[in-house]
Amino acid sequence: MLIDRRHLPLTALAAIVVLAPLLFSSLYYYRIAALVFIFALAVVGLNLLMGFAGQVSLGHAGFLGIGAYAVAIGPTYFAAPPWACLIAGAVLSGAVAFAVGRPILKLRGHYLAVATLGFGVLVSIVLTNEAGWTGGPDGMNVPHLVLFDWTVRGSAAWYWIAGVTFIGGFVLAENLVDSPTGRALLAIHDSEIAARMLGVDVARKKLMVFIISAVYASVAGSYLALFDGHITPDVAGFLRSIELVAMVVLGGMGSVFGALVGAAVLVVLPQALTVFQDYEQALLGLLIMVFMIFLRRGIVPTLATALAGWRR
Amino acid sequence: MTILETEQLAIGFGGVRAVDGVDLAVERGEVYSIIGPNGSGKTTLFNLISGIYVPSAGSIRLAGENVTGLAPDRLARRGLSRTFQNLQIFFRMSVLENVMVGRHRHETTGILADMLHWPTVARQNRETRKAALVALTRVGLAEAAERPAAALPYGALKRLEIARALASEPTVLLLDEPAAGCNPVETQELDRVIRSLVNEGITVVLVEHDMRLVMNISDRVHVLASGRTLAQGTPREVRTDPAVIEAYLGTHGSQEALRAFG
Repeated sequence: MLIDRRHLPLTALAAIVVLAPLLFSSLYYYRIAALVFIFALAVVGLNLLMGFAGQVSLGHAGFLGIGAYAVAIGPTYFAAPPWACLIAGAVLSGAVAFAVGRPILKLRGHYLAVATLGFGVLVSIVLTNEAGWTGGPDGMNVPHLVLFDWTVRGSAAWYWIAGVTFIGGFVLAENLVDSPTGRALLAIHDSEIAARMLGVDVARKKLMVFIISAVYASVAGSYLALFDGHITPDVAGFLRSIELVAMVVLGGMGSVFGALVGAAVLVVLPQALTVFQDYEQALLGLLIMVFMIFLRRGIVPTLATALAGWRR
Repeated sequence: MTILETEQLAIGFGGVRAVDGVDLAVERGEVYSIIGPNGSGKTTLFNLISGIYVPSAGSIRLAGENVTGLAPDRLARRGLSRTFQNLQIFFRMSVLENVMVGRHRHETTGILADMLHWPTVARQNRETRKAALVALTRVGLAEAAERPAAALPYGALKRLEIARALASEPTVLLLDEPAAGCNPVETQELDRVIRSLVNEGITVVLVEHDMRLVMNISDRVHVLASGRTLAQGTPREVRTDPAVIEAYLGTHGSQEALRAFG
């Protein structure tokens, strides 16, 4: 075979990123596609936590918020370069995930869900109330990203940056799947007790993957803020967290490629449905239900199984 | 040489002393069986030894070191492994991948190397895969390596758990009712597997209801009743112990006693 089977998803993904612009008839398409990649990046991280390790988080937008406000506050108040603030935001998110994760990852199932929900709400309240720093509910402006002498602006530039970053994030996650850590995470999902009995330090592994997923979300949040040029506390809101979870589940738990599909559906669909005006939200809800009823395990895993069965 | 030892081990749940002052000493390389009527505390004793429960009194020594209160993953890294009465299979994985998790304590790459797919990870994966296949071969499941674990029949899943525990290269292996739900052919196969483990120097501690298997394979038998030691000794000594016969006849019906001692 020309392409190693292991590299097939990556090759397909690179082809999508490179070839998709051929179909774009206006900058608006670049904008939507850039948003898809940015959200997909956060979803890849969350999928490692949810789909692989089996630990739910209903507060991941909190990390999106930390990343977003890092690139807003840093340059505005400390004159720090945005790229350094993006990295600082990612480090801060990792540290916060470490501090928050240690106590709450001891919880399981619904209890963990509620605790992470609390974390997300906490971040969004802090962002709303600390108006002196964050501009409160009105949000604040975010300066452009400057890389060397290049000021990154416009949808097309962000499309390429988001696309390439997503590929990077995708590769890291795929690598993890086929590794000792990846197998340990999947084992934790099915039987914590058996995993522990085989020498897996379950608490440590959960904390690690929580931190990694937080860093993914943080980088996505920074991109979102830099791309939009303006940011409000909504970025860290409860609805955002739910949206991320919906993207994971819709695309397919445990499928790295599913992250892209889930993000694409939930970013593109609302745009496509705007023609229905008042009924847009209702139709979106209905469509998600239909997806989940007919593609129970999420879009990518269900279709993959169907395809494998059809080939045989 | 004693490899596993408990002293006055005890734990209670809401006033019930599930295990109450149990002393046992397992010699290296023997098959040591723990039997007793249902509810006599066998599985609780296993859960104590494997670190799932923390004893309220008493101590546990593994290879001469005090390991009382150590978590299961710590014990695993010291060479203790076990299977479960109610199966704990990783159903999202293939048969081979299940066993590969058993290699975890021998894998040395960190999470960053794993994410970057460092060359060491590829080498590690190859070694893990190879060792896992060897373990699968030993329980006769090599053919099923690539199948989803969820597709295996019950008896095969029992052996899969043994292969997974074996892959960790334990010095002491706890088997919790491996023959439960197995047909006579599968039990025969199990007998063969356990003997091959012992030949390699693995110490096997067995909780089992199948008395024929226990009496055939054990070097020594430890009988529990209501969380206490009722008798211990060679299969022959235990079989003829009046207290043991009475415990079985009294609480467990005559059928099992007849099967065991008849």
